[in-house]
Amino acid sequence: MAERVLALRVNGETHRVLTSDHRTLLEVLREDLALTGTKHGCDVGECGACTVLLDGRPVLACLVLVSQVATGSVTTIEGLVEGGKPHELQSAFAELGAAQCGYCTPGMILSASALLDEVAQPDTDEIKAALTGNLCRCTGYNKIIEAVELAADRGQL
Amino acid sequence: MTMRLPPFDLVTPTTLQEAAGLISDPTASIVGGGTDLFPKMKRRQTTPVTLVSLAEIDALKGIRIDDEGRCVIGAGVTLAELADSPLVPAVVASAADAIASPQIRNTATVGGNLCLDTRCNYIDMPELWREASGHCLKDGGDTCWVAPRSDHCWAISSTDLAPVAIALGGSLRLVAADGERIIDVDDFFQNDGIDYHTKSPGEIVVELLLPAFTGRATYLKHRRRGSIDFPLLGVAAAATFDDAARCTGIRLVVGAVASAPLRAIAAEEFLIGREFTDDVIEEATRLASNPVRPQDNTDTGSRYRKWMTPVFITRALQEIASDDTTNQEEEP
Ligand SMILES: Cc1cc2nc3c(=O)[nH]c(=O)nc-3n(C[C@H](O)[C@H](O)[C@H](O)COP(=O)(O)OP(=O)(O)OC[C@H]3O[C@@H](n4cnc5c(N)ncnc54)[C@H](O)[C@@H]3O)c2cc1C
Ligand code: FES
Ligand code: FES
Repeated sequence: MAERVLALRVNGETHRVLTSDHRTLLEVLREDLALTGTKHGCDVGECGACTVLLDGRPVLACLVLVSQVATGSVTTIEGLVEGGKPHELQSAFAELGAAQCGYCTPGMILSASALLDEVAQPDTDEIKAALTGNLCRCTGYNKIIEAVELAADRGQL
Repeated sequence: MTMRLPPFDLVTPTTLQEAAGLISDPTASIVGGGTDLFPKMKRRQTTPVTLVSLAEIDALKGIRIDDEGRCVIGAGVTLAELADSPLVPAVVASAADAIASPQIRNTATVGGNLCLDTRCNYIDMPELWREASGHCLKDGGDTCWVAPRSDHCWAISSTDLAPVAIALGGSLRLVAADGERIIDVDDFFQNDGIDYHTKSPGEIVVELLLPAFTGRATYLKHRRRGSIDFPLLGVAAAATFDDAARCTGIRLVVGAVASAPLRAIAAEEFLIGREFTDDVIEEATRLASNPVRPQDNTDTGSRYRKWMTPVFITRALQEIASDDTTNQEEEP
């Protein structure tokens, strides 16, 4: 099976990876680049734990081939930290206890950050709609929605 | 446990001709967004040697209105683009918005949705599970576990766009290495869980053509949760009326209850020339729902889906009668 060297843009850095066609972005992020913030859940598109941003839009790393993102730019949860300072969403999730086991949290935060980039002050329904592809097994959805609202409010200051 | 994809070679042609040449190899498979194909490959329901990606073919991109006023939707358009497009009929945009999740809509394509493989509780399972239970008809075995005395597969057509496209009188442009043809979406599907469409493996869906439509249309999707889930039932209806509110044309399509979207021809014929009074809607609902025989092969039992079929048909007809065609969906 064909192997190829890809120049992968992840979190603003270019990584050269030797990989084969059938590997998913999720496998390469976690196994080759040690970016384990992107979680491995169901593997078949149902849970959203593997959500990353591709050119700013949320996609599922378990259902995207790594060779198909070579021309795009990927953002993982690690990439939201700027200059050592957590993103507003990360701080809001931590402060409000919006993470229980935390397994869904990276995906939730990335879906929410794509929403806030588009709509600065989303209403509750818009937040819920943006998070419909992210399942929280601990079911702490209220806190998650409140954390997105808090981050949006702070973003306005 | 990681479910890895089986090894394959990915080829990414940039022209349709090149893609059509590559796909004429029987061990190759087309991939659009992969949101249907990759889970199936991970479960080893199919193991193509070569995947021909349509992602870099410009001819499959974009949505436009042609000289005849038709809305032409490229097969490579994503469901997110479709849901946001001001060019497509509102019923198409809202049906697209009700498919899967935001992440999936960002990669899933129109072509992949229309060619979506049929689904069943017995086939969409990991390899070991299928091995243990015994392979079903669609899996190369000799028994349909849903209807063991059946000689054919009952897997469900679950595409949300197809019923809408049929209701709007849409057609598809297909391209193969040796030429191209246009086929009505209605004729594209057939009620067999294995051979669920009439397309040959070498044909690529290039675009969905929707004739200009000025009537009223709706799509009501019923599913377990208000997001992610496939339809348990979908009812698409599109109709035109004269000044006296009599129906001058209608298409009524029930999705996700068989291996193809089902057109309710008897109900359509009954409705032509009539005003949609309560009695007329009741009779049309009876005609449309009687032949529907959902099987026990998806979320919730078949009796529940059979019971909800007339409920949703009535609601769809009431909606287009009252011009209140805001698409809705409800959870059980
Ligand atoms: C969790 C989850 C929920 C989902 N919910 C829904 C839902 O509610 N409703 C729904 O309709 N679907 C749903 N889907 C299924 C799927 O995501 C969509 O139908 C999607 O539109 C498929 O498009 P794709 O481009 O990803 O298809 P792919 O996986 O790329 O392809 C699907 C099939 O079509 C063939 N194909 C693709 N493009 C073409 C073409 N242009 N010409 C010829 N053949 C082609 C492929 O060979 C393959 O057999 C869901 C999927 C998941 C994982
Ligand atoms: S791991 Fe990708 S959606 Fe669950
Ligand atoms: S916090 Fe545990 S899955 Fe969401």
